[in-house]
Amino acid sequence: MLLSQAPVISADLIINGLLVGAIFALAAYGMALVWGVMNIINIAQGEFVMLGGYVAMILFWNGIHPLFGVVVAPVVLFFVGWALYRLVVFRVVDRDLFVSLLATFGLSILMQQLMNTVFTGNIQTAQSDLGTLQLFGTISILNIKIVAFVMAIALGGCLVVFLRYSRLGQAIRATSQNARAARVLGVDTDHLYAVTFGLNAAICGAAGALVAMAYNIHPYIGLPYTIRAFMIVIVAGLGNIAGVILAGLGLGAAENVASFVLGAEFQLAFTFGLLVVVLVWRNTRLAAKRQYLK
Amino acid sequence: MNVPIQKIAGYAALLVFGAAAPYLFPAYHAQLAELWLFVVFALTWDLVGGQMGYNSFGNVLFVGVGTYACAVMQVGLFYNVGAYTASDGGNATIFTFNVAQYLTGLAVGLPVAAVIGGLVAIFFGSIILGMRGHYFAICTLGLGVAAGQIFAGWEWVGAGSGMSSPNAPAKIGDITQLLYYLAFGLAVITFAVIRWLLTTRFGLALNAIRDDEDKAEAMGLPTKRIKVTAWCVAGILLGVSGGILGNLKRFIDPIDVAFAGETYGVWMVLMAILGGKGTIWGPVIGAAIFQVLKEVFWTYLLGWQRVALGLMIVLIVVFFPQGILGWAREKFPEMFGHRIDRGPAREPAE
Repeated sequence: MLLSQAPVISADLIINGLLVGAIFALAAYGMALVWGVMNIINIAQGEFVMLGGYVAMILFWNGIHPLFGVVVAPVVLFFVGWALYRLVVFRVVDRDLFVSLLATFGLSILMQQLMNTVFTGNIQTAQSDLGTLQLFGTISILNIKIVAFVMAIALGGCLVVFLRYSRLGQAIRATSQNARAARVLGVDTDHLYAVTFGLNAAICGAAGALVAMAYNIHPYIGLPYTIRAFMIVIVAGLGNIAGVILAGLGLGAAENVASFVLGAEFQLAFTFGLLVVVLVWRNTRLAAKRQYLK
Repeated sequence: MNVPIQKIAGYAALLVFGAAAPYLFPAYHAQLAELWLFVVFALTWDLVGGQMGYNSFGNVLFVGVGTYACAVMQVGLFYNVGAYTASDGGNATIFTFNVAQYLTGLAVGLPVAAVIGGLVAIFFGSIILGMRGHYFAICTLGLGVAAGQIFAGWEWVGAGSGMSSPNAPAKIGDITQLLYYLAFGLAVITFAVIRWLLTTRFGLALNAIRDDEDKAEAMGLPTKRIKVTAWCVAGILLGVSGGILGNLKRFIDPIDVAFAGETYGVWMVLMAILGGKGTIWGPVIGAAIFQVLKEVFWTYLLGWQRVALGLMIVLIVVFFPQGILGWAREKFPEMFGHRIDRGPAREPAE
């Protein structure tokens, strides 16, 4: 497509990108939580998003409005995450990071293939029928995308409040600062890890329900969401909420503009290529100080 | 050098088995050829992951560029590649190859695949091998997927619908047999090269980098150059294996065959771990067991085979991370040349 046919910086693209960016930020916040507390980079992050999406789809297929999925999916996914921790992840928490990386990679392939076998590889959307919003006559946005954006921000806000003020949230933050000291002071870190992993899955589940309504899902969407979340955390740093939101929104906008400029078939190539660029950029800056990403 | 006679006999037996296998199991040509490619995958992964400590999820990148480089050479020597892929990704009745053309294509394509694989490894290696640990792992994961997506959007090589490998002329006979011997030869060369590399100072340097990279650098080792060289060796061998793989599969899908990160990409890590990371025989054993398991799953668990493989990955990584050779070394240390003092057991303190 010729660049001259349309302005590259189109308000339509940017706004739609920012709207999806909030969902990326939500998944990234969950990843940062697990990474910070348990020192695990969860490659199955995107699969939790995908599972959440299928929960919304199941509600939709049974005639229930998929918006309820935003409530149901986190509950279901909390137990999925909790069970996965109790079955698998607790065995790799204290081990070499590569082992947990590979174990969660295995989990991600397992879940993706399970969903592919059960629900086929078709692309699904849960119709929410909320209509379209016209802005300034030229920009049209699906209302559900706006709803998804607001809900993603609200969920993120709830999580921040929970972590800051609730007793459990304080214990989680204490463990992330110093697991040993927290254990000495009577925190059951094993239980806490299970809750944290479940909480992360729940957040991703909610994000997935939003994705299923506002965009679409299929069994293979997981890895891109994982990579986006990882990228956002790398750029923003652990525990930087404002950074995560900004990086998420920025990534959403950048992806939308790139898929318009390069063509939709190169959108994923852009996302994964950007990951390489971001890592190289971070590493070059550190190398100047004789440090490395590790 | 004194090599025990059992060892020579063992190698000879394996070579004879490899050479005779297509006649012993005529129904399994393709699977056996794939097995030797898996041996190459696992050995080259282990050279960088097990011996050097740089765990890569993206070595499939070299397989992919090798696959395409070889196919493009095979077609491009005689036809226009764009026209070839435009005709249903390579229409076998329009684009025919005679015996001489086919063999020339292979003879040119495989070395080109090796060169391209090596160059790609040097290029990306010098950029990203400065990263360590899991950042390197995830960066290579991104690299592999990004490359696959770029090829899936590249019209000239057939974009997302892929391209066929050149159709072998009927006169040439059983092409799978030829590919089997190519794959077998490549596996033998890979084993010999890596085994030799590990006996040199270069091999020691790799292990030094794995054990403590900062100290290795402080000792004056040019770590960057060593790392890039090791990745380049892997890239060259994987490039050739990609060229063979493309011809073996007859059809090159950018995501499912060439840059198959979620199958070959993960399997090569799994095979090395299953056999025993950081050993020379481990990846070979791991590849053999894995290939058998995979074929059994495909035969008896139709529809659920990929789920079963995913489950197997989790089980092996979580419960059996030391691998078969690692486990054997713990259990029977004498067989690995470790001396153990089996003196009288001490009385427990009163």
